[in-house]
Amino acid sequence: MQQLLFFLFAAICVAGAINLLAQRHPISSALSLIVVMGSLAVIYLLLGAEFVAAIQLIVYAGAIMVLFVFVIMLLNAGEEERTPGSRVAWLFGYPAVAILAGLLTWVFLHGGRQVAGAVPLGGPLAASAGSLESAADAGTAVNIGRLLFHDFLLPFEVTSVLVLIAIMGAVVLARRGEE
Amino acid sequence: MVPLSYYLVLGAVLFSCGVVGFLFKRNLIAIFLSIELMLNGVNLSFVAFAAHWHRLSGQVFVFFVMVVAAAEAAVGLAIIIAVYRTRETLNVDKVNLLKL
Repeated sequence: MQQLLFFLFAAICVAGAINLLAQRHPISSALSLIVVMGSLAVIYLLLGAEFVAAIQLIVYAGAIMVLFVFVIMLLNAGEEERTPGSRVAWLFGYPAVAILAGLLTWVFLHGGRQVAGAVPLGGPLAASAGSLESAADAGTAVNIGRLLFHDFLLPFEVTSVLVLIAIMGAVVLARRGEE
Repeated sequence: MVPLSYYLVLGAVLFSCGVVGFLFKRNLIAIFLSIELMLNGVNLSFVAFAAHWHRLSGQVFVFFVMVVAAAEAAVGLAIIIAVYRTRETLNVDKVNLLKL
């Protein structure tokens, strides 16, 4: 059942990603990115990350994509036009990216064991993985919040400063100059 | 039970699609959407590793990545609006003031 769901939503995910590349109108690309994010949320649920799945839907597919769609409609963005400058990128880029994806897939599927001196994925974590109690590693809001406000308190506060600066920067950048 | 490597491969495929879009799309907003796609591929790897090693830290990192993505989207879209206001276009080939 889990495998069936994984392959179904992985296929939807990849189809959405390819559709994002194929569509020429930005609003179609944005909507297919929402499809990708929604199916990723289901895959997070399969992995037991309930809080992250909820946040993915609320913050990513909700807030951020609404911002994107709003700006696309505000600017009345039309279809993109191809220019001679992108021909070279088409010629060299696709083989390079296919090689990149193929290489990553090969490394992940073979675990990098054939490569001499390669460290196994996870490395030092592997020894202590089994020692944790099972209740503490469920991705619920309680556990995430406990970790976030104890171990990661300083990074959390730093992100609040980052968001504050981003708000001010967005207001300053998008403001109409007074002339 | 789905092995860890399948999740990593899915994340790698999403990341590669994002790289393709970033390199080949000519529309500023489409390039920005491709960056979001890359961030999503990385997030999937974080969550897969968190589930595999039974560590919640990976999911907390996903939280931070989302915060940074939100801040980046706000500032980036403001920049796009400013560019559109001065150049009247969203095509990256026509935004070439800094080019020699």
